[in-house]
Amino acid sequence: MGNPNVGKSAVFNRLTGANAIVSNYAGTTVEFTKGSMSVAGQNVELVDVPGTYTLDPTNNAERIAVEMLKSREDNDVVLNVVEATNLERSLNLTLQLLKEQAAIVVALSFWDETKHRGISIDAEKLEDILGVPCVPTCAVTGQGISHLVKRIKEAKPSPLQYDEQDKWNQIGNIVDKVQTLTHHHHTLLERLGDASVKPLTGLPIAVTVLFLAFKVIRFIGEGLIGHICEPIFENFWSPIMLMLSSFLGSKGFVHDLVIGQLIEGQIDYGQSFGLLTTGLFVPLGAVLPYVFAFYTVLSFLEDFGYLPRLAIMVDTLMHRLGLHGLAIVPMLLGLGCNVPGVLSTRILETRRERFISVTILAIGVPCAALQAMVVGLVGRHGTANLGIVYGTLFIVWLTLGVLLNCTVRGESPEIFVEIPPYRIPYLRSLSKKIWIRIKWFVKEAVPFVLLGVLLVNILHTLGIIQFVGQLTAPVVTQVLGLPSDAVGALIIGVFRKDVAVGMLVPLGLTAKQLIIASVVLATYFPCVATLTTLVRELGVVDMLKSAGIMIVSSLIVGGLLNLILV
Amino acid sequence: MSEANGNVSATDSTYDQMSLTQLRAGQRGRVVRIIGGRGLACKLEALGIREGEEIRKVSEQWMRGPVLLQHGHSQVALGFGMASRVFVRITGENR
Repeated sequence: MGNPNVGKSAVFNRLTGANAIVSNYAGTTVEFTKGSMSVAGQNVELVDVPGTYTLDPTNNAERIAVEMLKSREDNDVVLNVVEATNLERSLNLTLQLLKEQAAIVVALSFWDETKHRGISIDAEKLEDILGVPCVPTCAVTGQGISHLVKRIKEAKPSPLQYDEQDKWNQIGNIVDKVQTLTHHHHTLLERLGDASVKPLTGLPIAVTVLFLAFKVIRFIGEGLIGHICEPIFENFWSPIMLMLSSFLGSKGFVHDLVIGQLIEGQIDYGQSFGLLTTGLFVPLGAVLPYVFAFYTVLSFLEDFGYLPRLAIMVDTLMHRLGLHGLAIVPMLLGLGCNVPGVLSTRILETRRERFISVTILAIGVPCAALQAMVVGLVGRHGTANLGIVYGTLFIVWLTLGVLLNCTVRGESPEIFVEIPPYRIPYLRSLSKKIWIRIKWFVKEAVPFVLLGVLLVNILHTLGIIQFVGQLTAPVVTQVLGLPSDAVGALIIGVFRKDVAVGMLVPLGLTAKQLIIASVVLATYFPCVATLTTLVRELGVVDMLKSAGIMIVSSLIVGGLLNLILV
Repeated sequence: MSEANGNVSATDSTYDQMSLTQLRAGQRGRVVRIIGGRGLACKLEALGIREGEEIRKVSEQWMRGPVLLQHGHSQVALGFGMASRVFVRITGENR
């Protein structure tokens, strides 16, 4: 246990070898994570608890932490992570834990940072005063971790007594005894930190960061697709598929299912629509490069500590939507995949905030998979068209937020968040985090894409897509101006939006139709993975409300685009 | 900072008190009063910010945006409404 953003998850990962996501802002861990480690030959369970400043909880994450503490059993040990660079504030929690008579080991984290911040702490003296083991650690490099493991069995309740009234004096005395401060000059990172939260410098910095992020993502994504993924599929995979195609007799149901349609005797990964052709190319060849690019940039910004500063800069805007600045974090995560985005809305306090943020996230924030396909398809007709898609989604996101802010009852508290110092990301933990997220994407996405492609083939063969197409033709063709074939994409979009966009490829749509189809696909309904997350996070009733809002607004927006665009 | 102990002497008049929203960025102040319920006071206390503590205002945003404070080695951002309920007495300028 420990304060938010003191590196509890980093210590947890070190101790258990687990893969909890670690970032440089408060509230990365919103639920507890369990793992196991071995202490003196015994296998013990370790729980990563959300951060809290106090045992007198002021928000949900803190409540979870306190409940975890209260439910401990007699031989449980509390590993209290104390930020060495913030001793006074951390000891507030430590003293409260001591009062609970919990058996404690203290890990002093960020030990490496104390030096260049002019802080010197006498860990042995602290140990004498607190009467529990205190071990200096640095979780990202692993320094002190083995020592920490050795001393876990020495954990014990502290003999230290204090009067509640006198708590801060007591803390002050302890800090005075163990900590010496030497003057240090402001580092470049500290200056940069201050510059990014002042309006005159902060706004240009925010714009630059987001613009650069976008450029870098496109550069990496397109580079990987053009130089690695497409060549691999074209030069190595296609010949194998052609051999398999002739082996299967070049036609028939099984052939069409596995290979799909040959276009002029060749595999066309955009149009063939077989399980092993389009079904593999979409997730691995077209989407994965962008997912990788996106998470590389996002993870860097997270670990650097930029997100909470961005939250300050956008706070006023988010207030118009009934949210506060921190709600930008789920939105950014949602640009990768809506599922972790929706989960991270737990950093928001009230039900109202969560309903608003989840709804506008699911409707106006396209995931990386959808974006990769839209960029590939619409981008061919010019970047301006891409601008219309993104611009429309932003307007929908904004308008809906403002409307929900006016109509949804409840309250929206103000922002209250600690701003961590900027930290240069440590390459190993950064790449580990990107790896965890990529692995998660491949595991979650590939089966669903294959299932989607399978479904396309079955529904097509059974004539269901054509049937629903005729049924909904009035809406799809009259209101949205799309051919009735496009209904297939809308059906499959419930499974995977990237596959759905892929289904538009053979239809030969005009630029206008592509824009409308992309916007409607992004907004009309969440994919099945997001939908299950919505049910879990909002409950069925609010999920239905949210989904209803999505269907209605996407019809309105699609219809308007059909009227406005030429 | 260690002699700060929450005592506000009776000779202090209130005229030089101001809320965090009135304090200018870069100025330092000692917290003298947190008004309006226990919620905010508790939240701030959990971070070690309580009456008698010295803080520095790092920045503020346009259009009643959040205020960023420096306290000890940590920084905390709080909304405009909250900031307007925390009163300080100026103790110095810092660039």
